[in-house]
Amino acid sequence: MPNSSPFFRQPASVQIVMLKVLAALLPGIVAYVWVFGAGVLVQIAIASVTALAGEAAMLAIRRRPIGIFLSDGSALVTAWLVALTLPPIAPWWLAVLGVLIAIVVAKHLYGGLGQNPFNPAMVAFCSLIVAYPQLMSQWPAVGFTDFAAQLQAIFGERQLDAIVMATPLDALRTALHTPEARATVAGVLGTHATFGNIGGPGWQWIALGYLLGGLWLIQQRIITWHVPAAFLGTLAVLALTASLANPDKYAGPVFHVLTGGAMLGAFFIATDPVSGATTQRGKLIFAAGLALLTWVIRVFGAYPDGIAFATLLMNICVPLIDMHTQPPVFGHKKEQGGKGGQA
Amino acid sequence: MIRELFSFNGGVKPAYNKAPSNRQPIAEAPLSTELVIPLHQSIGGIPRPLVKAGEQVRKGQLIGGPDGNVSSAVHATTSGTVRALEMRRMPHTSGLSALCVILDPDGRDEWIDHAPIPWRTLSAGEVRNALRDAGVVGLGGAVFPSYLKINPGKQGRLDTLVINGAECEPFITCDDMQMRERPDGIIKGAAILRDLTQARQVLIGIEDNKPEAVAAMSAAVERLKAGGIADRMEVVAVPTRYPAGGAKQLIRVLTGIEVPHGKRSTDYGAQCFNTGTAHAVYDALDLGRPMVSRIVTVAGNVERPRNYEVRFGTPMRDLVALCGPRPDTDRIIMGGPMMGYRMPDDEVPVVKATNCVLVGSPALFPPPGPEMPCIRCGECARACPVDLQPFEMYWFSRAKIFGKAQEYHLFDCIECGCCAYVCPSRIPLVDYYRFAKSEIWAREQEKEAADQARQRYEFRLAREEREKQEKAAKLAAKAAETKAKLAQQEAAAAAGTGGADVATADPKKDLIAAAMARAQQQKAQVAPVNVENLAPDQQAQVAEAEARLALAAVPVESKANAE
Repeated sequence: MPNSSPFFRQPASVQIVMLKVLAALLPGIVAYVWVFGAGVLVQIAIASVTALAGEAAMLAIRRRPIGIFLSDGSALVTAWLVALTLPPIAPWWLAVLGVLIAIVVAKHLYGGLGQNPFNPAMVAFCSLIVAYPQLMSQWPAVGFTDFAAQLQAIFGERQLDAIVMATPLDALRTALHTPEARATVAGVLGTHATFGNIGGPGWQWIALGYLLGGLWLIQQRIITWHVPAAFLGTLAVLALTASLANPDKYAGPVFHVLTGGAMLGAFFIATDPVSGATTQRGKLIFAAGLALLTWVIRVFGAYPDGIAFATLLMNICVPLIDMHTQPPVFGHKKEQGGKGGQA
Repeated sequence: MIRELFSFNGGVKPAYNKAPSNRQPIAEAPLSTELVIPLHQSIGGIPRPLVKAGEQVRKGQLIGGPDGNVSSAVHATTSGTVRALEMRRMPHTSGLSALCVILDPDGRDEWIDHAPIPWRTLSAGEVRNALRDAGVVGLGGAVFPSYLKINPGKQGRLDTLVINGAECEPFITCDDMQMRERPDGIIKGAAILRDLTQARQVLIGIEDNKPEAVAAMSAAVERLKAGGIADRMEVVAVPTRYPAGGAKQLIRVLTGIEVPHGKRSTDYGAQCFNTGTAHAVYDALDLGRPMVSRIVTVAGNVERPRNYEVRFGTPMRDLVALCGPRPDTDRIIMGGPMMGYRMPDDEVPVVKATNCVLVGSPALFPPPGPEMPCIRCGECARACPVDLQPFEMYWFSRAKIFGKAQEYHLFDCIECGCCAYVCPSRIPLVDYYRFAKSEIWAREQEKEAADQARQRYEFRLAREEREKQEKAAKLAAKAAETKAKLAQQEAAAAAGTGGADVATADPKKDLIAAAMARAQQQKAQVAPVNVENLAPDQQAQVAEAEARLALAAVPVESKANAE
């Protein structure tokens, strides 16, 4: 019973926030299953169980109320994001390891919910791609949706040669930006009969699914427009500039925005409130920096996608960004406290 | 003409719950069997008690005289006998007691003789004193003495006088009902305030969820324009959004002016009075009646929510009983649900700050869920009407890094409660700010006390040093005196033995020689013997003493030169 005002509150809770984020991921997941098969659902299941178990164990060790924190939904959000960044045919232990890195190391060792300076899912992704670069870049061929074979790949002996291919970003990077490269963007990407080829075959549909969920999150006031707009806008401008300069060597803005983890990053990862910037101007700077690093790593780096590393690098900058982007307080906006903006 | 309005950032739209209490007209609360009138009912100095136990008083009689530059008078709120002056619990969460005048009403409710105050013929200072002595304070809840707010500001005349009828807190309808039923008094009071501040315009701001009040006030303005009373006045409906009724928020909405924290709004060309205060100014000056009652909303967990005209000092219990509290009632809140204070019990009296007695129950104000960690979602920053970053202030307040909390403008916080209202982690944010503010105040007081102690200590050191020097100077003067005497004697003796050549020699040299001889003699006399076997520190003491003696024996001229 509160002893002091305010005596009533808006019916909001961390749980509602997290559940809405999970719901917003669903359109993307549906598209994912359509393009790459149901393997991703298995990954999500493995990740969810691991996350809840890891969260409960850490809460018990830290002597925190397990029921309250386990039901806040934050562990599930982390788990789903880890699962969605893994190849859907990755071995089961990769998801387990990734989620444990995210929950145990990146979240609870830093103090649990609300205390982590780095995005837990991205810490997991970076750790895995450094430790297991090969496993992390083996994606099923687009349209290869044979569930039995995917289960075999996840749980059994891996005989993958027939079904594995690189992601479009990965293919572009190796084909265009290695010293002996002779290829062109158009030549590498080609086209695909069923899924088309805008963000790499099939990828644009997943991206559009995430976009749909992300727009709903903005409408629900769970996230603001600042991060997605600044991230996608900056990424598009960079890609446009480069591709105008050399269309054979640099993929265009539409490709960059619709491929890989761009949409997932824009609406679900860079918008993580705990590890991201909090002021409005800070969010714009944070997301623009993120896009710049992402594009540089994608095009010139050694890894198939740049969002994870870019996120961690920008997470480091958050305190600085927040400190220097504090909004002016009521009455302190102009020297003489005169008329400010109009209604 | 549609007036151009401005807006403030943030704010929330809670359920207003105003309808239940504004269906019935304002009623007069019956006289209680005992009135407990606290002497301290406004910001500023505690009024001096002017009555003794056993004294007969009449309604409106001064019982507490204003004390100091910021203080406001307190009056008997009915006729009767002063039973006692004693400490009673105040209507405040702390449950602390303060001096109250306990009044046994005689039931006749007789006024003292009173007459309209011819304020137009009085000087500004005299009008201010009249308002102070009539006990007029801000009735919006802050109870700041109104007379202190009546000045035209640096420019010599106020640009905009804002009359605040926004009443943005949920449940409260006392201003709403007063505007509906007694608009003329409010407008006449506003006219007085307009003339005293020489305001260019008067804007009466009312939230647009009170269309009846807007209509009644607009009609009254039209009616009174005929007599010139409502000149330069306009009723403005403002968008309903809590806390639009905050003085600085309403000034912003109506004029676009943002008055920073800690600054006087008159210096920015605006001043704001609550509608109830305007009416009280009219009562005090045009009717000559001091403030003895106010309109109070009784709402919440009661069968018959309503507004009452209540004498100050009426126990809240009596007021609540009129409205039929439901059995599950578990608390009484003074003010609204967003900024109100929980009362220590239901016996505390209605005072000038009591705009609402809100009756609560677990069903009406359910306990919030468990407090979760902050996830920095920024909802609080979006809701803050003062553009603060509440989660940062929370972070530093919680960590007791108060300097940082102040850097994030802790003291600009108006404690409106919007941040806590929207927080998905259900953190009682305002409590953290109250805690941080009180800690900072306490530390500042401590620091002040420590500074004072240090100053005292330093003064003592300086004084001791001065005394030592004075003593040394005195000793030196004495030594010189005796030396001069000796020299005279010696000179006389020398002259007596016929040594004229010696006497004609430089007298200074003689003096020095004599002094040295005497010093030698003295030294021989006082020099301690058998010092070889003393401990080193004792030897040092001895040496020090000798040095002092030598210094004392220095001839007066050289001493004077040294100084």
